[in-house]
Amino acid sequence: MTLLLRGGTVPGDTVFEGAAFERTVTGTTETQLADVLVGDDGLIAEIGPDLSAPAGTLELDASGATVAPGLVDLQANLCQPGFEEGETIETGSRAAVLGGYTAVVVMPNTNPAVDSAGVVREVRAYAEKALCHIEVAGAITVGRAGEQLAPIGEMASLGVRIFTDADTGVTNDRLMRRAMEYAAGMDVTLALHADVESLSADGHMNEGEWSSRLGIPGIPAEAEELMVMRDIALCRLTGARVHFQHLSTAASIAMVVAARDQGLPVTFDVTPANFTLTDGACASFDAQFKVSPPLRATVDRDAVRAALHAGSVDAIATNHAPQPAHLKDHPFDLAPAGALGLQTALALVTTQLELDMAQTIELMSTGPARVAGLHDSHGGPLAAGRPANLMVFDPDVAWTVNGAQSASLSRNTPYEGMQLRGQVRHTIVNGRAVVRDAEIQGAVQ
Amino acid sequence: MAERERRGTPPFGGVFVARSEVMSADEMQRALWRMAHEIVERNHGTAEVVLIGLQTGGVPIAARLADALEKIESVRPHAGSLDVAFHRDDIGLRPVLPEEPTDIRSDLTGKTVVLVDDVLFTGRTVRAALDALQDFGRPRAVQLAVIVDRGHRELPIRADFVGKNLPTRRDEAVNVTENGVELGEVTK
Amino acid sequence: MSIPEASIARADRHLLQIEDLGRDGIEEVLRTATSFHEVNQRAIPKVPALRGKTVAMLFYENSTRTRVSFETAAKRLSADTMSIAVSASSVAKGESLRDTAQTIEAMGIDAVVVRHSSAGAPHLISKWLDASVINAGDGRHAHPTQALLDCFTVQQRLGPLDGKRIAIVGDIKHSRVARSNVAAFTALGAEVTLVAPRTLMPVAAHSWNAEVSHDIDAVLPKMDVVYLLRIQQERMSEALLPSLREYTLMFGLTTERLAKMADHTLVMHPGPMNRGVEIAGHIPELDRSVMVQQVQNGVSVRMAVLYLLLGSGVDLGAGSVPASTAPDENATAEVAP
Repeated sequence: MTLLLRGGTVPGDTVFEGAAFERTVTGTTETQLADVLVGDDGLIAEIGPDLSAPAGTLELDASGATVAPGLVDLQANLCQPGFEEGETIETGSRAAVLGGYTAVVVMPNTNPAVDSAGVVREVRAYAEKALCHIEVAGAITVGRAGEQLAPIGEMASLGVRIFTDADTGVTNDRLMRRAMEYAAGMDVTLALHADVESLSADGHMNEGEWSSRLGIPGIPAEAEELMVMRDIALCRLTGARVHFQHLSTAASIAMVVAARDQGLPVTFDVTPANFTLTDGACASFDAQFKVSPPLRATVDRDAVRAALHAGSVDAIATNHAPQPAHLKDHPFDLAPAGALGLQTALALVTTQLELDMAQTIELMSTGPARVAGLHDSHGGPLAAGRPANLMVFDPDVAWTVNGAQSASLSRNTPYEGMQLRGQVRHTIVNGRAVVRDAEIQGAVQ
Repeated sequence: MAERERRGTPPFGGVFVARSEVMSADEMQRALWRMAHEIVERNHGTAEVVLIGLQTGGVPIAARLADALEKIESVRPHAGSLDVAFHRDDIGLRPVLPEEPTDIRSDLTGKTVVLVDDVLFTGRTVRAALDALQDFGRPRAVQLAVIVDRGHRELPIRADFVGKNLPTRRDEAVNVTENGVELGEVTK
Repeated sequence: MSIPEASIARADRHLLQIEDLGRDGIEEVLRTATSFHEVNQRAIPKVPALRGKTVAMLFYENSTRTRVSFETAAKRLSADTMSIAVSASSVAKGESLRDTAQTIEAMGIDAVVVRHSSAGAPHLISKWLDASVINAGDGRHAHPTQALLDCFTVQQRLGPLDGKRIAIVGDIKHSRVARSNVAAFTALGAEVTLVAPRTLMPVAAHSWNAEVSHDIDAVLPKMDVVYLLRIQQERMSEALLPSLREYTLMFGLTTERLAKMADHTLVMHPGPMNRGVEIAGHIPELDRSVMVQQVQNGVSVRMAVLYLLLGSGVDLGAGSVPASTAPDENATAEVAP
């Protein structure tokens, strides 16, 4: 079926093309009004003002809203197989499309871990029920245990492009070097969680003034920074393509930016928790604020925001981490870390940061699409002939975060009760409207 | 918030506004003298008498009675003070806080205890005091001395030594100070 | 301690941490404890104030001393007590705090005294209960009734705490007693100095409302109170101290160090003591050592806390107004303005 998004505002780099006019790139950072026509082949057919559509076209109102490339999440923990109580790929994808995401990179921290071709295929089978594109990431080490290299080559031959041990760092320096040397020859990215376990082992929140007075053992910033330092050095040594996940401290960001400026193939993302909240939130002892990496001190939160506003960050990723309620209902040190993120990320950016549309799209769509190797089908610019992975976004709609109403199976959000501005109206995945008027429509074939 | 201020604020406390004088300072002093004589007469002297003032209004009255008894008998009777907060029957219904620690230094077994308070009203304070006294021994007898008996008893309690009987309305208030006794009301 | 940002939950029906009380709240407790101190001197140290109330002990960490102190306090207020049996192993996931809380709620208990090895456990429980929650020690975070009884003891011997100089010596990093004491002592106007080897000083100690020193000999002569913390054997295995002997040499209150203290200086310890480690064996028996009074005062202070939370109708939160009820026709004493 053909689909028409009528009357929305499109980003400045949109390529206007249609039956009535020639291909023109507007080349400005300013936005403008345009309709977007999607063909029944799932590709964008035309973009321009006042388009006419063939009979039988589903017309969706985009007036007053922004039409943008769908968001791409570089890190979501969707728990399947093994932890289906917290989330499944299908329920996670529902949360994703409601949050404007058309592609999600799922972490291999499942049970079994995604460390072999067989499990890759298994997860891809679950992904057939998903409402958005699910990009399966493979583990770097067998079982994510940090002892032995996983069959990266075989998984890469199946098309896996990102490898990560998810929420643990690769402790052994030699093994990390070998992994990078091995991967450097392939067209893959190693996505790294930087954490020196011997420094962070007993900690549950950021080490600082707050952990000191609350009596909760802390995780020093150095636990992240030391491994970032090491991995930059090993990247320099091996030439592997490295992406640093959820950097949370000023020094980590500074190091990676400097390395990138020197020409090293490094990128990084930050998560909303680290640009909105600080470790003071833990004073309530509410485990909803227990996340990994931990909420950091104000000075670090401010550094993350500054980097976002300066345009030095490659991507925003959610690190969506569902936890069943009965597990989070434990004292702070006993509860598992993690917070939901897919449905709140875009609204948090709109509400708490001062970014224009182009910057937001770069951080949440085009940038991550590039890192994930999905830029052929996701991310901007909008142009005819590209797959129609789009989201229509109302920047001014106010809503209140309510964990009980989340599409996820879990409820763990640190933003419970918070007023946010900005809501996704429609989400189009491969030409199909999976979200219409902020409601889920049905599975993608 | 200081405990005194807390008790003094609405809806429990308030400000006393006097409407009329019931006893002048002189009248009160004469009444105290008479009561002291009555205590001596009733108890055949003050050898076994212990005065116990109830916090807070009864404490200065007990001191003045002790002064008077000392002049009459040339011996100052034992005296102490009792805070009945923890024995009150309205704990939990309103803020109830102790004023001062109880100060009773001797064993009361076999003694005649004269409880002293400024005003006798419903009788519940005295009941709490009788309850509290049990922790200090077994007195031979307990008597009650008050400056004003204003009626409206809710328990079978009566005073042995009374400065003045004063019929009042329930919504009125009686204020006893070193300058005498006033009748008025408490405004919120 | 200075608060960098945001506020912590205020006391209403609970005593979770000293910071919720403020100076007013602490003084309220101490004032009330003075009355209970007198009650405890009587031949029959009992008042009917909390008759009909039930106070439950929920101790996930063993502590005979603190539990008995709370039970005694409750019983002397004529409350009923019960002990909820939980083993240390039920701290493991599977038997959730929430289930236990719901059992307590179903039994109609009025107050729960909680000790747990996790910071914030009493706070969590308080979310699920109508009952009052009293923190008897949560992980390294807080031990508010200990701080209150310590303030009461200092005041008893030395008068008001304003301007008094108090040194807290020992494993401050892992001590909930230290955290609560710094908050309480400073709230009452005392000046606190933390003394410890660098590995046992808390991270960011500079942000605490106290001086920091690693030299006990320089600090001792100027103090009005020396408060010693226990040094635990475990600290050796965590590479925080080379040996207990080294600790005693550099930080222990030895006879030599005692001689350098002013005559009036009190020696305090929350117990249990490691004689010969942080304190020389004979010192606890000296007149300036008030450990016995600390324990005795613990009952009075805990009676005050239980009474104020359960019976008095008064809200302990700093700067708050009393809970209001309908005017009571049983009013007895005339109210003096």
